[in-house]
Amino acid sequence: MTPDPWAAARSGPEGTTRMNITRGFTGRPRVSDPGLPPGQYDAGDDWPVLSAEVTPDLAAADWTFRVDGLVERETTWTWDEAHALPASAYRGDIHCVTGWSKFGVRFGGVLLDAFLDAARPLPSATHAVAYSHTGYTANLPLADLTGGRAWIAWEYDGRPLDPEHGGPARLVVPHLYFWKSAKWIAGLRILDHDEPGFWERNGYHARGNPWQEQRYAGD
Amino acid sequence: MPATETVTGTFTPPTRFAVPGRIEVGSRAAGRWQTATLTAIRRETPRAATFRFAVPEWAGHLPGQHLMLRLTAEDGYTAQRHYSIASAPDDSGHIELTLDHVEGGEVSGWFHTVARPGDRVEVRGPLSGFFAWPGDRPALLIGAGSGVVPLMSMVRHHRARGLTVPLRLLVSARSPEELIYAREYGPETTPVLTRSAPEGVPVGRLTAAHLAPLMDDRPAGGWEAYVCGSNAFAEHASRLLVAAGQPVDRIRVERFG
Ligand SMILES: Cc1cc2nc3c(=O)[nH]c(=O)nc-3n(C[C@H](O)[C@H](O)[C@H](O)COP(=O)(O)OP(=O)(O)OC[C@H]3O[C@@H](n4cnc5c(N)ncnc54)[C@H](O)[C@@H]3O)c2cc1C
Repeated sequence: MTPDPWAAARSGPEGTTRMNITRGFTGRPRVSDPGLPPGQYDAGDDWPVLSAEVTPDLAAADWTFRVDGLVERETTWTWDEAHALPASAYRGDIHCVTGWSKFGVRFGGVLLDAFLDAARPLPSATHAVAYSHTGYTANLPLADLTGGRAWIAWEYDGRPLDPEHGGPARLVVPHLYFWKSAKWIAGLRILDHDEPGFWERNGYHARGNPWQEQRYAGD
Repeated sequence: MPATETVTGTFTPPTRFAVPGRIEVGSRAAGRWQTATLTAIRRETPRAATFRFAVPEWAGHLPGQHLMLRLTAEDGYTAQRHYSIASAPDDSGHIELTLDHVEGGEVSGWFHTVARPGDRVEVRGPLSGFFAWPGDRPALLIGAGSGVVPLMSMVRHHRARGLTVPLRLLVSARSPEELIYAREYGPETTPVLTRSAPEGVPVGRLTAAHLAPLMDDRPAGGWEAYVCGSNAFAEHASRLLVAAGQPVDRIRVERFG
């Protein structure tokens, strides 16, 4: 509408401006990285830890993973049973809602499909709540957990996953903000409706797609 | 004050290492970016300063909550970061943040080298009721560096309201010069100085010996513990708390990354 695209932002009345330019802020040199979702930055080698609870002292031998709720066969896997499933790795990027992204990470484990194929969600199943051995929860549409898009991972870069990062095993759903990828994963409760998890009850978005910048409820 | 909402009927997983119960905070205010106008800058330490903002439509917050702050460049490029709210809740239409100057930091660098009163930035919040302390239960606060910021909001709230519920603060800093809010602490606070200290004051990191008297002194019903700082500090302090007998489901941890 206006020849100078920034003019409206600079002069428009409060509340109607599309952009509020910060005086003297230039920011880092722009990297036009098609792999970087809006509002994210490349954390490089850093891997910040943001869990809200005490890191649990959970041994692999005590770890279990369960799929229950609306399934034909509620099933619990031990560490060894889970490791007997076909191995699968994710290689790609992850994005945290606090703003950092990490490129080219490698998680090793098993596709979530392998567990769901055994438990067989009922036709009415639409959503899941992923829960941790700490009691942390995150809700996800079932469609985001199937079709080779989600993993139970116990390795990072070829080494056992660090407890701070969710070891012995965590959920990895890399196409959503990483709070969905519950650390110290204990199970999936399969539901026929969406039910907010830990951060979702604290104002965070129900789905959390980084490409649509779904950080908070209402985004 | 934000409305506290209770969600009923949600699935609660069985667990051995429970996360603490939460205060669920309405998300209405978080959905909207608001202009915050810088009204004053107060130096705290050589590396940290407090920035006071007028946010006329601020919805109010609970001590311990944080917000998202956004800076926008001429070409539309934005940088956003989380900051804890340092001020106690009040109805002044103002809030305060305390920022460390991070070497090469994009946002903290702008605040520490460019910002002056009159400048406008954008904020959305308050966010996350998880680390909030409404002033109801006895609180044991443990912070390091700028991790003391959300804890200071609790201390200020405790004072401003004249609360009698027990509250203690253990705050770790490298030296007395780097201790944020040094002049504001009262008998509730024990500083832990890790690199240098005045004559007669011990130097060293937080240990079980710092926690023991506070745990011995715990009120009937025990403490709610709030730990805030770098991940390394948060891991260290939360382990010490667990070892000292603090239940894991009564330890809240806020990690700055
Ligand atoms: C819940 C929460 C609350 C917080 N509260 C506070 C608070 O109260 N006070 C406070 O001071 N901080 C707080 N923080 C930390 C804050 O959000 C920022 O991380 C901090 O201010 C650093 O941001 P920055 O833009 O200045 O630095 P960044 O630009 O993010 O840089 C951080 C470090 O990474 C390096 N770096 C990152 N990206 C690049 C790049 N592309 N190129 C080169 N180097 C890079 C920088 O050199 C620097 O060492 C909080 C964090 C969280 C999660």
